[in-house]
Amino acid sequence: MKKHTLGLIATMVAGALNTAHADTLKMECASTSTGKSYCDYIKNRFEKETPHKLEFVQLPPASDEKLGLFQQIFAAKDSKAVDVFQADTVWLGVLDKHLLDLTDKVKDLQPLFFQSAWNNDVVNGKVKAVPAFLDAGAMYYRKDLLAKYNEQPPKTWEELTRIAAKIQKGEREAGKKNFWGFVFQGKAYEGMTCDALEWIASYKGGTFVDKDGKITVNNPQAAKALDTAAGWIGTISPKGVLGYMEEESRAVFQNGDAAFMRNWPYAYVLAQDPTSPVKGNVGVIPVPKGGEDGQHAATLGGWQWAVSAYTEHPDASVQLIRILTDAESQKMQFKTVGVAPSRLDVYEDPEVIASAPYLAEFKDVFASAVPRPAVETKSQFPKVSKAVFNAAYDVLSGRSTGEKAVADLESKLKRIKGKQWK
Amino acid sequence: MNHHSESLPSKGSSSKANLQSEVIPQKKKRSLQQRRSRAAWILIAPALILLASVAGWPLLRTLFYSFTDAALDTPDVYNMVGFDNYLSWVDGESFGVLADPLWWKAVLNTLWFTGISVSFELFFGMLLAMLMNQKFRGQGLVRAAILVPWAIPTIVTAKMWGWMFHDQYGVINDLLTRVGIIHEPLAWIAEADLSMWAVVFADVWKTVPFMALMLLAALQMISADLYEAARVDGATAWQRFTRITLPLIMPAMIVALIFRVMDALRVFDLIYVLTSNSEATISISGYAREQMVSYQQMGSGSAASVLVFMMVAGIAACFLYIGRMNDEGKENK
Amino acid sequence: MKLTRRQRHITHQTLIYAAAALVSVICVFPFYNAILTSLRTGQELFLTNYLPTSFHWENYVNALMVNGIARSLLNSFIVASVTVGICLLVSITAAFALARIKFKGRKYILFTILCVSMFPQVAVLSGMFELVRFLGLYDSLGALILSYTTFSLPFTVWVLTTFMKSLPVELEEAAIVDGAGLWVIISRIFAPIMGPSLVTTGLLAFIGAWNEFMFALTFIISNEQRTVPVAIGMLQGASQFELPWGNIMAASVVVTLPIIVMVLIFQKRIVSGLTSGAVKG
Repeated sequence: MKKHTLGLIATMVAGALNTAHADTLKMECASTSTGKSYCDYIKNRFEKETPHKLEFVQLPPASDEKLGLFQQIFAAKDSKAVDVFQADTVWLGVLDKHLLDLTDKVKDLQPLFFQSAWNNDVVNGKVKAVPAFLDAGAMYYRKDLLAKYNEQPPKTWEELTRIAAKIQKGEREAGKKNFWGFVFQGKAYEGMTCDALEWIASYKGGTFVDKDGKITVNNPQAAKALDTAAGWIGTISPKGVLGYMEEESRAVFQNGDAAFMRNWPYAYVLAQDPTSPVKGNVGVIPVPKGGEDGQHAATLGGWQWAVSAYTEHPDASVQLIRILTDAESQKMQFKTVGVAPSRLDVYEDPEVIASAPYLAEFKDVFASAVPRPAVETKSQFPKVSKAVFNAAYDVLSGRSTGEKAVADLESKLKRIKGKQWK
Repeated sequence: MNHHSESLPSKGSSSKANLQSEVIPQKKKRSLQQRRSRAAWILIAPALILLASVAGWPLLRTLFYSFTDAALDTPDVYNMVGFDNYLSWVDGESFGVLADPLWWKAVLNTLWFTGISVSFELFFGMLLAMLMNQKFRGQGLVRAAILVPWAIPTIVTAKMWGWMFHDQYGVINDLLTRVGIIHEPLAWIAEADLSMWAVVFADVWKTVPFMALMLLAALQMISADLYEAARVDGATAWQRFTRITLPLIMPAMIVALIFRVMDALRVFDLIYVLTSNSEATISISGYAREQMVSYQQMGSGSAASVLVFMMVAGIAACFLYIGRMNDEGKENK
Repeated sequence: MKLTRRQRHITHQTLIYAAAALVSVICVFPFYNAILTSLRTGQELFLTNYLPTSFHWENYVNALMVNGIARSLLNSFIVASVTVGICLLVSITAAFALARIKFKGRKYILFTILCVSMFPQVAVLSGMFELVRFLGLYDSLGALILSYTTFSLPFTVWVLTTFMKSLPVELEEAAIVDGAGLWVIISRIFAPIMGPSLVTTGLLAFIGAWNEFMFALTFIISNEQRTVPVAIGMLQGASQFELPWGNIMAASVVVTLPIIVMVLIFQKRIVSGLTSGAVKG
């Protein structure tokens, strides 16, 4: 590690000496047309406001592939591949030692962002990334169907189950044989961890591992949460939901064959697309709480801007980060790409409010977002996540009960943790 | 007749060689053999050098790292841990890949998949090869059509079949319901057993062209005269198939089988996309990848990879042995 | 009931045509589905329809222009051709030695060559990455050509060896009696006859290299050098979750067509004219 710190200092000194020259930075950019127009905007600003130049690299959109690629690049300590990039919310613990420490340079930005998102990017007291945009789980529902059956949007899972069953029965009797009450992500992958976190946290069953690194999952509320979810399979959710990721569940809801869907905000814009059969009938509410004394819990997602620790241009990179995260850029990002901003002030902007009234609905969801315990479990989060989604999958597929599953999960997590999370 | 054995010289040439050896003195015969051996090594050298220089480093490195506890993103920080990644005991509990029940489940899944999938591929490949071997109008188009599954990139194939097996909107459920075989949509991807069959289906669809093409090339090399002679002798179609076709394409069939088995044992993409990805359906490559990439553990990931290699090598060796025995059996007829 | 020769012939032909039709439908149907999907957009993508419902050609425009599939087609073609070319060249001589010359260690060499392609790709990835960077080939097509030989070469060596073994010994002996040296035997006598197997092996190896994903993803990071599978993998919707299915299918159709064309061109060569004339003449 000493060699690494010395190298870092040397790089920064060299960087300081070099600020007179124009650096060429490499930044990651999405390969969509909307992404490209946003990147061009950033490029213009960056090259106008600083003496440096900006180039783009494109990386695979799928989270797993991107992470694998970064790991290879960082293992080789490559300084030429990329300087500034986006890290998924749960990568901070895993990539920690490969991210440049930004604490001193961006401390002043802290109060401007959603707290839960900001805190997620602070590892061991050091700021390693700045939130780029937010994502949080939300519950979508069919406004027209709820009106037709005289129901209000549910506040608890029990209400949702009841309403979904009622609507499903009604619609099937009316001839829609393949109608289902509720669809979500039930495949055994990271997305399931997000859904499971929401269920368990909404019943006040904790977040698998708490802020101090203690394993808290083995409790009766968590067991109840999983059993409730298992009760949906085959009754209000098709058995196939155990193989759904985000797109498969969206297909069912958007086609009009489901009353409720749990998904990320991206689905909203698509559901309102002119060709969508449910256009104009989609509403959004926070994820229901578990029983009257539960709490609303949405899993925090989103991406963060980070700097590679092996960059040869740390100062220029920080300047780029500051440009990327100021209010103007966030507003432009929202206008072009359509992702939810991570800065609080953008939500007050009248232009933004006028063009996207639904954003106000999401703001409350974001404020109460619950992060996965990636920061607490550090580089072992992938293992933790795998244990979690496998445990949840077992309960959902009927191979285990909630009580047994959370007890097994606790012992698995204990084995992973060993003496401490590292 | 042609002989294909590696160990026994063909009867035709040995009789001629004997003639020649009577004419050529012993010393010259030995040096002829030596010269041919040396020539052989020179001929093989380019392939060996190329392979060694490109594959040597990565493979040795994998073997090396299987004895360490390195992490994927910091490969220069490690301790040597001997066989701990493979199997070790600490405080009465066993650790390591070989002690992990998930590893053994993966082995079972993979062997099941390989056995079923390759059997289907051989069967259908043989049928297809015989079909393509016939002369009929439009055979060029049919050959191109048959190669389409193999030509589509695997990632696209996996996702495509993923959608075709979707329980609500997939084509498969739709077709089955129309024909009347099922009345409720099947949850192909969600149920562990069904999903493995979905994987077999998609894999067979994709790789039958490979088998068919290899077998076709082998079929093409059989002279038509042999069939004519057999027909004149009154042999039935089945007899022609088992006595002429099968033995003559056996070497090519074994090679095609070896390569297919090697690929099937290392299946990963299809299982990831077409199953719920749970522990019930994981494959050994999926296990190795999980250790390596998801958990960052280069040590146990490399150990798992070495174990995969040993399994594949063992099975391939069995096939070769069977092939050799088959050749020797033919010699003895 | 004994059928006349003509009746047998007709039944035979009918069976063949029926089988050919069935097989073609099964093999092509998913591809046909892909083409249909590539012409749809929005919600239609998710529904089952067996006939074209719309013709959104802009999916193809998107796939080709906006995301540079065109460039990646060229890259893939170069990589696959060069890889296969090198492998075939090196393999012919090696296969001849392994098939026709009995020398010590032959079996072990063959098996070792096979062993190289037995490791899971993910294990070889890190080592390959280091090698590629060491040689300075990172982010260039050379990296792919180099790494693809690890799985193409064992395949081509083995298949050519097998096919060479089944060539009649009489050919070679006739040539030796005529006083031909090894090189002449290889180039004038064996190579032409190996036509079908060379084409088959080359075609299969070409497709293998064309569709490889993992190395192509890891060793190349800039757009100009990307190959086709990764370019398709990069197609994304507005968010990380959305799969622009119409675009992806359009790209896949575009990518598969060259291969189909190649097969149509080369499939005549897979027909052999092997032993006729070589031994009798």
